[in-house]
Amino acid sequence: MSGRALPSQLRERRAKRTRTMVTPEGVALPLTIASRGTRASALILDLIFLLVGTVLASWLLFSTALGSVADKELNGIPGSIEFLFVVWSIFWFVAWNGYFMFFEMGPRGATPGKRICGIRVASRDGGRLTPEAVVARNLLRDIELFLPLIMLISAPFGSEGAAGWAGTLWFMVFLLFPFFNKDRMRAGDLIAGTWVLDAPKPKLAETLSTAGTVATGTSDVTGVKYKFGADELSIYGEYELQTLERVLRDGRTQAIEAVAETVCRKIGWNPGSGDERAFLEAFYSQLRARLENDMRFGKRKADKFS
Amino acid sequence: MKAPTLAMFTRAPEMETVPDIEAAALRSDRFRLEREGDWKRLDHILTRLEKGQLRKLSDEEVVELPALYRMAASSLAVARETSLDASTLGYLESLVQRAWFQVYGPRIGLFAWLRKFFTGGLSRAMQAIWLDICVALAVSVAGAITGWLLVARDSEWFYALVPVQMAGPRVPGASREVLLDSLKVEESAQGLSAFAAQLFTNNAGVSILAFALGFAFGIPSLLLLVYNMALLGAMLWVYSSQGLTGEFVAWLSVHGTTELFAIALAGAAGMHIGRKMAFPGQKSILAAAAESGQRAAQVMIGVVLMLIFAAVLEAFPRQLAGTEARAIIGGFMLLFWLAYFFAYGRRNEGRAA
Repeated sequence: MSGRALPSQLRERRAKRTRTMVTPEGVALPLTIASRGTRASALILDLIFLLVGTVLASWLLFSTALGSVADKELNGIPGSIEFLFVVWSIFWFVAWNGYFMFFEMGPRGATPGKRICGIRVASRDGGRLTPEAVVARNLLRDIELFLPLIMLISAPFGSEGAAGWAGTLWFMVFLLFPFFNKDRMRAGDLIAGTWVLDAPKPKLAETLSTAGTVATGTSDVTGVKYKFGADELSIYGEYELQTLERVLRDGRTQAIEAVAETVCRKIGWNPGSGDERAFLEAFYSQLRARLENDMRFGKRKADKFS
Repeated sequence: MKAPTLAMFTRAPEMETVPDIEAAALRSDRFRLEREGDWKRLDHILTRLEKGQLRKLSDEEVVELPALYRMAASSLAVARETSLDASTLGYLESLVQRAWFQVYGPRIGLFAWLRKFFTGGLSRAMQAIWLDICVALAVSVAGAITGWLLVARDSEWFYALVPVQMAGPRVPGASREVLLDSLKVEESAQGLSAFAAQLFTNNAGVSILAFALGFAFGIPSLLLLVYNMALLGAMLWVYSSQGLTGEFVAWLSVHGTTELFAIALAGAAGMHIGRKMAFPGQKSILAAAAESGQRAAQVMIGVVLMLIFAAVLEAFPRQLAGTEARAIIGGFMLLFWLAYFFAYGRRNEGRAA
């Protein structure tokens, strides 16, 4: 085999991130742990939102402050400036500490960045995500991220002192934390009993077997009725069927032509051209009908190797 | 010209027309088409719930939600065994998962939670970590005594403990007048609210640090407590060497009873996590960490609130009131916190357990 992974290897890789939760109805729901890359991009997005938001608000406050200084003669600090300063320091504190907590306590359990990346926070024991858990995981964010960052920005490096290196080391410990446990938890997740899951929101796609060649087996272009024998349908399994489904739903001509040719070779037909889609649709519906029929009798074929 | 009829103005169909069920060639697609309407209704309800528009849902929809959820869950179970349509399976899985988060996550609103929190939740969390609070207080006192003793033996220690910019004129050997001046009553409240805001953000940062360091088995939390209290002990020695112990303690106690208590609580919360992770008992380490972390988080919310009080007290009564008033306010605040945390909420505990 070349560099391409086998279907079973792909499944295994995915299974590493999949956990099963059994609902009270007895239905096993697969949960997928969010990948570290997704989480990092969600965090970066959130930090950008926060930074832009707080800097904009500060700028507004300060321009207000400057306006009020210009009016009045100075007598110590004017009360208005003092008030604005109080508002500003409290705002800064609340924004940087409250942003994550506020959004994660919401019904979606995700900050805007997480929402964009399609992930959410959930309780590890399958219960509900409590406000206490959200508070705990976000208080830890201070020592995981903000504190070492401040230390790195202000601390000296090299001959001037070791504080910079200490800050880097500290930062690395928490940064690498998700690499050393199988649930990809950061320190805050560990303390709060939470994890971060993929929360995809797929649209329900059209049924494939209600229109076109999938329904009738007859090509609209040529009027030919494609019919496959049992031995021709027994070559592929579920993995290939679902790959074919993806190709048909995407509907990219090049992919369809290439797949049609491969399938033809595999089942020993002569590849024609011009009617690839109809051919694949007919093959798809008959393969699916066969595999689903076998399923009802408890026979499953995972992929072409099994 | 056509005669106008009522039918000329028609509403657009609300849902796209579902393909004829009989037209579907595959049994599994027929299964899906028969149930699709219910799934879409559930999807619609969930979308609005997730957007926080609970009020916009009609009564029927709220009643329907659990039934639709169970239906979707059973559809998923059947589809897993009969259908190979990956897109339908993927949609159903995510639909059931979303519904599960909403149906079995009977979250209480933020305000309902806050009410429960202040009428007992906070106190119970404090009572649950009593051992850690005792240790943290003992460590704090030990730290203060150490600071005192070190400076009493050799006043050079003062400069090692107290940062120069913080000490200002308050150094060993400073005259009584200078020290008394630093405790004096301010004439007006100008500039003090800004001072308070700054104090608060600074102290909140320190206490969050004390809490979060508990992650490293609590040792850094304790070190932080010892250091801060040693600094206080050193200061105390400077004042008492000029016979100003009473004034200094009164000056400090206005907000100190609240603030130092809060910082000790933050350290205790951090230590609680560290202790539970080191000695998880019957539970797994992860479960113990999660449970203690959530308990400690409640304490931390209390700590931040105490620090808001402390900052206000520090800025106004401390700078504006005289010695006796300072001592009275400080003592009262201490009693108030002790009563609220340890005497209140016990009754509810029995009921909840």
